[in-house]
Formats: sequence, structure tokens, C-alpha cells
Amino acid sequence: MRIALFATCLADAMFPQAAIATVELLERLGHEVVFPDGQTCCGQMHVNTGYQREALGLVRHHVEVFEPYELIVAPSGSCVGSVRHQHALVARRAGDEALARRAEAVAARTYELSELLVDVLGICDVGAYYPHTVTFHPTCHSLRMLRVGDKPLRLLRQVRGLTLVELPDADVCCGFGGTFAIKNADVSTAMLADKMARVLQTGAEVCSAGDASCLMHIGGGLSRIRSAVRTVHLAEILASTEERPR
Amino acid sequence: MTDHLRGDEPFPAAARKALGDTQLRRNIGHATRTIRTKRLAAVAECPDWEELRRAGAAIKDEVLARLPELLEELERNVTARGGVVHWARDGAEANAIVTELVRRAGTTEVVKVKSMATEEIGLNEHLQAAGIGVTETDLAALIVQLGHDKPSHILVPAIHRNRAEIREIFTREMPEVTGLSDEPRELAMAARAHLRRKFLSAKVAISGANFGIAETGTLAVVESEGNGRMCLTLPRTLITVMGIEKLLPRFTDLEVFMQLLPRSSTAERMNPYTSMWTGVHPGDGPQEFHLVLLDNGRSRVLADPVGRDALRCIRCSACLNVCPVYERAGGHAYGSVYPGPIGAILSPQLTGTRGHHDPNASLPYASSLCGACFDACPVRIDIPSILVHLRAAEVDAERGGLPGGQDLAMRAAAFAMAGPRRFAAAEAVLGAGRALAGKDRRITMLPWPASRWTASRDVPAPPTETFRQWWRRTRG
Repeated sequence: MRIALFATCLADAMFPQAAIATVELLERLGHEVVFPDGQTCCGQMHVNTGYQREALGLVRHHVEVFEPYELIVAPSGSCVGSVRHQHALVARRAGDEALARRAEAVAARTYELSELLVDVLGICDVGAYYPHTVTFHPTCHSLRMLRVGDKPLRLLRQVRGLTLVELPDADVCCGFGGTFAIKNADVSTAMLADKMARVLQTGAEVCSAGDASCLMHIGGGLSRIRSAVRTVHLAEILASTEERPR
Repeated sequence: MTDHLRGDEPFPAAARKALGDTQLRRNIGHATRTIRTKRLAAVAECPDWEELRRAGAAIKDEVLARLPELLEELERNVTARGGVVHWARDGAEANAIVTELVRRAGTTEVVKVKSMATEEIGLNEHLQAAGIGVTETDLAALIVQLGHDKPSHILVPAIHRNRAEIREIFTREMPEVTGLSDEPRELAMAARAHLRRKFLSAKVAISGANFGIAETGTLAVVESEGNGRMCLTLPRTLITVMGIEKLLPRFTDLEVFMQLLPRSSTAERMNPYTSMWTGVHPGDGPQEFHLVLLDNGRSRVLADPVGRDALRCIRCSACLNVCPVYERAGGHAYGSVYPGPIGAILSPQLTGTRGHHDPNASLPYASSLCGACFDACPVRIDIPSILVHLRAAEVDAERGGLPGGQDLAMRAAAFAMAGPRRFAAAEAVLGAGRALAGKDRRITMLPWPASRWTASRDVPAPPTETFRQWWRRTRG
């Protein structure tokens, strides 16, 4: 299939390895990946901070860039959540019903990576190899906006060499929340401390998730305490093979 | 008058202080963890839980759509059955009405059923200032009252206290009690003895209402202890203060809410005491019944087509118990008597906000938007979406003035993300940030406001190659 990659601004600028892994994984599975290079950002940060007027242009831009594509994937539950649940709302709030309809049409063709693999492509075993002990943080927007359920875990369970250890209180937020991490830094840090304690309690060497943003938060905390646990995006694990381990 | 819907400082500052109280965090963490585990089990027993939630939301939406006519129907039916209905535009009017009614009953002592509406208007303070003694009879509300404290949870106002602290409060405030231990049973028996005397002597009781049925004029209170039942049946005069959104159109609507409320609040299949009364009955129960219908900002909330969903709330507290922010900051950090996720959308709407320095303007931001509250809400209030809506309203209200740092940052980000060239240019600037990283590719310190991030979290050095550069190099 021909799949358009929505890399997300954060992965593009800060965590390219997550987007690169998504490309290499889908190509390995025999699909054609295209990168619409007009893309920038879904505007979630603006919407969630209250700047919907500023977000309107970003929504329109996103819709125009991705409208020509039949199937769109992003390595982020949160950004797909924004496309699916916020874009039409932002357009309607600005009184642009036509844009809202177009945004809904694009949203209906946009999938988070685990959704694309399990629901659209119908595969759980992507032929990956990753000889490490991994715990998985499911991320709030994947769980509660997209309802991805256990799809990421079903994918991870098929990875050769991987030992999956359950994360206690996995469904509790890590405290990122976009600008919440800055505006309410103290509460955010308290939430992060508890999330890190749970991660460390598992004894895993890798903490994975389907969102670079939450991983930046958890990883930023684990790095600060010089922990031996590293954060790795789900796409990177699934892209890893015996021939080309990551 | 103290503002019971607004604190003295913004949420981040109040939360910062609360986070330092390790005992408070242990108490709240333990209590919320226990109750949310139980709630999940209680909800899992209902195969039709999602249908119940949808039915609850639909009934409440009907109430909000037909509010004026339903309120008048309630008034007609309460009046026809011997009750007296009073209308209060705000807390001051409600307090004045209740005080006058107590005076007319010729007493200076009242007993109270736990009620959020009366907390919201500061009725206790008002009555005491008028020389009327008030006794809270709900155990947790009594602990708060005797501790000269504020409620920190809608259902369990003393959730921030542990039993050792309760023992201290009782020992200090109940002169008749000696040698009390911190065994829950002993504490409950001490409260029971303390309250029994009040029940038998009180001439006036004041309650809130969980539901008011327009069709029949029936009021309902659900509770766990039976102390509410004592107040609702023993004194000669009963005064009920009810928020105007607490209506249900039909008696049969209770079927839905009597399933939703106990399982969501106390995680019980059925609450121990459900009291319902309709008017007055000669020789049985209160001989005088007054219903005070309270607006206090609710009409303002109703006028907002997005925000009005907050008026569906049945005060179950499920959203507080699942909220990771509430669990860590506690209820007092929200300033208002309505804490947690529902408080964050209800308090600023009830009061309105006066500019971004208003403490209530900070409440819509007191959430990571994790969505746990929406999942737990028995009437499907989409709290995260309302929080985002209120944030937009707040930002829009401030437009036109001198832009603040955040305004400039958001405008700059929107400018940079408007197209791929600008975005690539912004990435190049960001890449220069690599200079800030050490040899281990970690950035540990950034200037304000990013310093709020790096105070507790590192940032990885920006990559030497962005994704779009990689794409151009390998696929372009």
C-alpha cells in the first residue's frame, strides 16, 4: 500500500529516529512510504494552550497537505488524537464548516502506528528482533482518545528476543501534558517521579511508548537521575531486525 | 465574605505548597487508590454501564434544555404538597433567606446534612455570624468543621486527614471524650455520641439535595451513615438548599441515577440510606419544609453551549479519585469547594474570571488532559474538551491588550509552523541548541521559561540530522 507519513513536528525536529524507524518498518513490510514535505505540525500545542485562532492556520495547512493521500500514519497517539478530535472542532469554532468536513475526511484516513499495523494491515508479527527487557507506557491519548487498547502490546509480544514486563499503573499519566509540564512544573514533576518509580520497579532496561512526547518527558527524568533505563519509541523496536538490530 | 468558589492564589502556587505536605499526599494517595480500585469493580458488574452513562447524560441534557419550565413544575408540586419554595439568585440571597427562616423558627441551633450547595455559599459562616450554632452531622464534614478546616473532596471532605489526625481533632474538640484511640470504630462511636444529643434537641435541619423531581415535587438525599436521615426526619423544620441543575424531570429517572451515583461515588451497588420526601405530612416528619433554589452563576454556565455540560454533574467525585493531578495536589490547591477536574471546569464558570491574574483563571490549566476523568464520569462530561474550551475562552478574553510572553511564544510557533520552509529554518535554529549540550548529549539547564522543564528533566541535544534532512538524503 501507499502510505503517507505524518512525521509530527517533534519527531521531525528532535526524535527523527522514531520517524525513520516508521519508514523502514513499513518499507520492510512491502509498503510504499511517501513523505509530503509540506507538512509541519498538527497544532495541538496551540489548541491545548488556548490559542485556537493561531491553530486554525495550522489545521488548514495540515488538511491541505494530507488531503491527496488515501492512508496516513503518524508515530504518535497524541498527534493522531489531535487530528481526529480537535481539527474539526477548531474549524467549527472559527465558523469554517467546509474546513471542518475536510478535516474529518483526513482524520478518518489517519492512523497511529499500532492501529495501522493491527487494524488496517492486519499484522501483529512484523518480524522484528529486539533482545532486550522492555516495559511499555501506553500514553493517555493512545488509550483514551484513540482507544488503541492492547494493540502495541500485541505487536511487542511477537518481537523475537524481547522480554515484555508489565508496567504497574501503566494507564496513569506521566505528567507531560504539553505546556502543562511548564505551567504546572511541580505537579508534573511529582507525576513523573511516580511514573519513573514504576518503570524502575519493573527492572526493564528499556521503557517504550508510542509517543515521542511522553518519552521525552519520561526519558528526561530518567536521564536527570542518571538511570540505566533508556527510552525507545515503539517504531524503533518494531523496525529492529536480526540483520539490522537497533 | 470569604469566596468559597475561589482561592487566594493561582493553582500552580497553591499546588506547589501542597506537594510539600508529605502526610497529605500519603493520605490522599491511599484513599483515592482504594476507592478507584473499588469503583472499577463496582462498574464492571454492570454490563449496561455505557448505556446507563448515556441515559444519565441524556436526562441531564433534557433538564438543561427545559430548565425554566421544569423548575416551575417543581415549584408547583412542592407548593401543592405543603412546602414553600424560595428563589435565590446568588449565595448572599440564599444565606439571607436561610438565616431568616432559622430565626423565624425561633432557634439558635441547627443540624446539617452534608451539602455542597451550602459549602459553595458559605452558609455555615453566615449563620454563625448571625449567632446561630451549626453542627455538621456527616462524619467527614464534622471532622472538617471541628478541625476548623476546609473540605478537600466533594464526597469525602476530610479525605486529607488520617485517623491519627482525626483522633487529635476529636480529643481536642469533644470535651466529653477521654482516652480515645485511633481505631475507626472508636472514632465513629465518639462522633455518634457527640451527634446524638444534637439530633434530639435540634428544631431546624438544613440539607442539600441530590435530586429534585419536577413531576412530583420530591427531594432526595443519598448517604451512607444515616445521620442525614436523622436530620431529615427529626427536627420540626427542614430547609433544603438545592442548585437549580439538580433537577430530574420524572420520578422514574431515579432508576438511572440510583445506579450511576453509588457505584461512581462510594463504589457501592447501593448506598445504605436513600431519603425521599414530598412536601409535609401532619404528625410525621418535619412540619415545615422550605426549598431554596440556588442559581449562583448556574445561568451563566448554561449560556455557554460547550461549558454547560458541567451542569450535568451529580457530585459523585469519581473524576477526583482518578485524577493524577488531584491525587498529588489535593483538594485545597484548587481554592474552591469544588476541587479536581470537575472543579477546574465548574468553579471558573460559576464565578466568571476577571483577567488572567484571577486564581480561577489558572484552573482550566490544572490538568495534563490525560482524560481519566471523562472515562470515569457517570454522566459523560467531556472534561478535557471543556478544559480546552475554557483555555481558549481565557486566551481570547485577553486579546487586544499587550501580548504576554506566552502569547508571543505561541504566535512565533504558529508562524514557524505555517509552512515547510519556515519550519526547516526553525529546525536549523533549534539545531544550534546542540551547543548547549554536554559531551553526553544532554541539556540540563535552559533559560526561563524552559528552565521550568530543566529544573527536573533533561533535554536531549537536538539531532545532527532532522527527519526531513534524512528523507532528502536517503529518499529524495
